[in-house]
Amino acid sequence: MRREIPMIVAFVAGVIIILEFFVPALRDVAVQIQKWYLVVVAFAILVGAFNLLRMNYLKVRNRRADWPYSVILIIGLFTMAVAGIGWGIEEGTVFDWLFNYLYFPMSSTVFALLAFFVASAAYRAFRARTVDATLLLAAAIVVMLGQVPIGSAWVPPWWPDSLVFLTPDWLKDRIMNIFNTAGQRAILIGASLGVVSTSLRILLGIERSYLGEE
Amino acid sequence: MELIRWLADIDRRIIFLVIAVAVVLPLIFPLGMRVKVTPQTESIYDEVENLPAGSNVLVSFDYDPAAAPEVHPMALAFLRHCFAKKHKVIIMALWPVGAQLAVSAMAEVGKEYDLEYGRDYVNLGYKPGGDIVIKSLGVSFREVFPKDMAGEPTTGLAIMAKVRNLKDIDLVMDLSAGDPGIPGWVRVANALYQRKVAAGCTAVSAPQFFPYLQTGQLVGLLGGLKGAAEYESVIAHADKASRRMDAQSIAHLVIIVFIIFANVSYFILRRQREEKREGPRTGPAASA
Repeated sequence: MRREIPMIVAFVAGVIIILEFFVPALRDVAVQIQKWYLVVVAFAILVGAFNLLRMNYLKVRNRRADWPYSVILIIGLFTMAVAGIGWGIEEGTVFDWLFNYLYFPMSSTVFALLAFFVASAAYRAFRARTVDATLLLAAAIVVMLGQVPIGSAWVPPWWPDSLVFLTPDWLKDRIMNIFNTAGQRAILIGASLGVVSTSLRILLGIERSYLGEE
Repeated sequence: MELIRWLADIDRRIIFLVIAVAVVLPLIFPLGMRVKVTPQTESIYDEVENLPAGSNVLVSFDYDPAAAPEVHPMALAFLRHCFAKKHKVIIMALWPVGAQLAVSAMAEVGKEYDLEYGRDYVNLGYKPGGDIVIKSLGVSFREVFPKDMAGEPTTGLAIMAKVRNLKDIDLVMDLSAGDPGIPGWVRVANALYQRKVAAGCTAVSAPQFFPYLQTGQLVGLLGGLKGAAEYESVIAHADKASRRMDAQSIAHLVIIVFIIFANVSYFILRRQREEKREGPRTGPAASA
């Protein structure tokens, strides 16, 4: 029954949500299911937080690799929770201060490191070894130039319209609006078909990985 | 040849150092390069301009501090435009820290206008659930957000008196750094409830949303720091994004120069290896 009940719940909820598009009489039931979903998701976050705490506590207790980071995580988790629950999260509170002056700059800094790694990786890996790689390289350079003001800064005001196709701006727009959009649309359609088929497999009980099965 | 070998095997710390200098110098000594405004930015500007004063604009803060250097300036510029046009702004978040970023944004923008919380804007806070939250907003805002971020009942807020569900929203602006985000707003708010949806996102994710622009499912799209700088340019309020564009320009240029150097050294060394492998040329031509 531990498998059958969740499968029945998934089937009934899924079918009602789909049928709601075609049968207006089911709307109230669908709305009710959506409300339950929001409650379940809220509890899932709570479960996730407890699980995070448990995993990191076990890591510290067993002195596994990098356990000092887990100590920092636990301290951070409790500090933010106490600050938020105790004094609120509005502007000017302890939580807001910790968020603005600790979490915000640290998180932004980690993401900003990407610029250095991208530069290093581009230097080492971006080679015109084949025709495909050369095309990718040329497109990347054009888009990188077209994406920043310096790309069009060298184009003088008297530049003839007949040669506009030589400017990075013009080329970038064509690459993004034609080649990129066509490729992205193909990916989008493919991914959407995949979502439909996976959803059907879940509703019909063929796909059970969400129950913890292999 | 030594120089070519050195270039081919350059220490990555040198690359890091050059990039750091390329980013920091333009921030200290701005170049003031002008940003060219793209049609997808102009269309968002026009949409906000053409709404009658007092229109309801929903802004969803679906990003985190990691993406904030790119997306937060968009939020500031868009909020400034909305408040300058006297629109009512309803803020919410599908990302846990999004609502807190909205607090930071309002702390900065709020000072510049005569605004009253609950009348001119509201921060409804974070709600988990992605697409289902958006779908539920199509039924009732009050049921999804019975209280605002500060814990005050939304029924007592003047701004929410005229907002029952998504149909009362004139424009949705989603500022997103991933999922849940733009696809959800397009799928539900636009496709299901026919609301106008505009969006802002990181530069790296912008290309995947171009199909939505072409189909008209997005009225406009701000892509990365450049999108933010463009919006600052159209509202004539140069701020963080405009200042950072110089740094991004030089950084892009430096990366391109690095790529060119790397390829030149790669081809020279490859030719040298091939010549070594083939050995000295023999035969009538060589002996002649």
